[in-house]
Amino acid sequence: MQSFSFSKAQTVDEATGLGGRYIGGGTTLVDLMKLDVETPKTLVDVTGLPLAAVEKLPDGGLRIGALVRNSDLAFDPTVKAEYAVLSEALLSGASAQLRNMATTGGNLLQRTRCPYFRDTSYTNCNKRNPGSGCAAMDGHNRMMAILGTSEDCIATHPSDMAVAMTALEATVHVQGAKGKREIAIGEFYKLPGTTPNVENALEPGELITHVTLPTPRRGSKQVYLKLRDRASYEFALASAAVVAETSGGHVRYVRVALGGVGTRPWRAHEAEAALVGKPATAEHFRAAAEAALKGAKPQTENGFKVELAKRCMTRALTMATA
Amino acid sequence: MTEETVLREDQQEIELEPVGAVKAEGQSVRVTRRTFLSGLGATGLMVTAPLAASASATTANGAAAATAGKTHVVLKVNGEEHDLGMLDSRATLLDTLRERLYLTGTKKGCDHGQCGACTVHVDGRRVNSCLTLAAMAAGKDVTTIEGLGIPTRMHPMQAAFVEHDAYQCGYCTSGQIMSAVALMKEPIGESDGEIKEAMAGNICRCGAYPNILAAVKQVRGQMKNS
Repeated sequence: MQSFSFSKAQTVDEATGLGGRYIGGGTTLVDLMKLDVETPKTLVDVTGLPLAAVEKLPDGGLRIGALVRNSDLAFDPTVKAEYAVLSEALLSGASAQLRNMATTGGNLLQRTRCPYFRDTSYTNCNKRNPGSGCAAMDGHNRMMAILGTSEDCIATHPSDMAVAMTALEATVHVQGAKGKREIAIGEFYKLPGTTPNVENALEPGELITHVTLPTPRRGSKQVYLKLRDRASYEFALASAAVVAETSGGHVRYVRVALGGVGTRPWRAHEAEAALVGKPATAEHFRAAAEAALKGAKPQTENGFKVELAKRCMTRALTMATA
Repeated sequence: MTEETVLREDQQEIELEPVGAVKAEGQSVRVTRRTFLSGLGATGLMVTAPLAASASATTANGAAAATAGKTHVVLKVNGEEHDLGMLDSRATLLDTLRERLYLTGTKKGCDHGQCGACTVHVDGRRVNSCLTLAAMAAGKDVTTIEGLGIPTRMHPMQAAFVEHDAYQCGYCTSGQIMSAVALMKEPIGESDGEIKEAMAGNICRCGAYPNILAAVKQVRGQMKNS
């Protein structure tokens, strides 16, 4: 680990004024600092900031402070009752210890588990060293993404929480030198394109202060289904977050996001468009899944993810409309 | 650290010498595997283990760099405050507990938050001490396995692990016990599956899982009936 100077901020203004890398739970950052993948010169501990509350908003939505720990968010009574997909997604990620540490803001910013990104002995990683190439392309790519990839990067986005928040159409609130702004989660994550080192819409120095969720869709059912190599404590091969409302056997409202298959939390707009107004049947769910994965680009070892993601989405839709 | 030790310009050795407090007055200092190896370290092991540096080379990189990379840390561990002085900001809670405070019950397994051997409680919640910077644990209540119980007065969970033979090599055990004790206060369901899921962050290479589960269930039962 490289040396850094450490300071602790007490207010958001103080944190953004200090100019350094923010550290919350440290579950991604300290891990990657040990690997010399992350080499911040200055760390600003933001865990003392007053951003650890989950609050109901007057409009019926929910405000989640950036420092709310993953475990606290998962077990929050309102989240469990009204945003079950988020609670389920959080509890399907990492371990109890890590969930006690990891924060909402930090989880949104967690980095890929691509082994070539994590291993600095591979100099060719466009995410770490822009323009150096991609070791994963010719390497073991079983865990890599099949959606949203580019010639320069095929790294999978690892978060479960962000997939649920994508289906819930969350808004990310940030603050920086230029003031406050809000970013729809669909705009927050960037596709790798030719700049896989740019992962999100944050400007240098901007700090995530909180996330808001809109009022839960009345009468909707929510499901997070995660498929992985073992039953627990593992990243997704494919996951699906579904918020669906049916009446008279027809789909009236549906939001679908996929995890484990995309270079960012993957909103399946095509699937949603294919489903609204249609009968809530296995046949239509399968057709929607086909539409969502139409643009999938598998590598040599992860072709199975295409079918796995389709079945995952179909199953999650079935569960959410049962 | 010897003068031959080569560090990159932006690196510095982490001082992890034990603090005086652990060797209380009147307490005999015995040679243990740990102290013996620490002694060896100054000459032999340093080459391969630069992070276990001794205190003799604090000025090797110049005072300015040393100050920039250091933080004053006071840790409260098992109810006792320890002023660690200016600590290398890189020091994790795990390394600080083991190498500075000699609380070696907390184990280093993977050092990347994947195995759970380093599990301790911070303000009553279980965390991976390997991914916790010591500077970020300052001002909080840290509890390690040593603070839970001693051989003559064991915590009920420690006693249950003994009773159910919930280990083989024992390396993961302190982490398992710290996790199991924290689990008692978490909203975890009653079923075996839910307990196993809640314990999934603690890997046991020997595969003592059924016995660990039995120990956890027994203590949960005791707590419910008491």
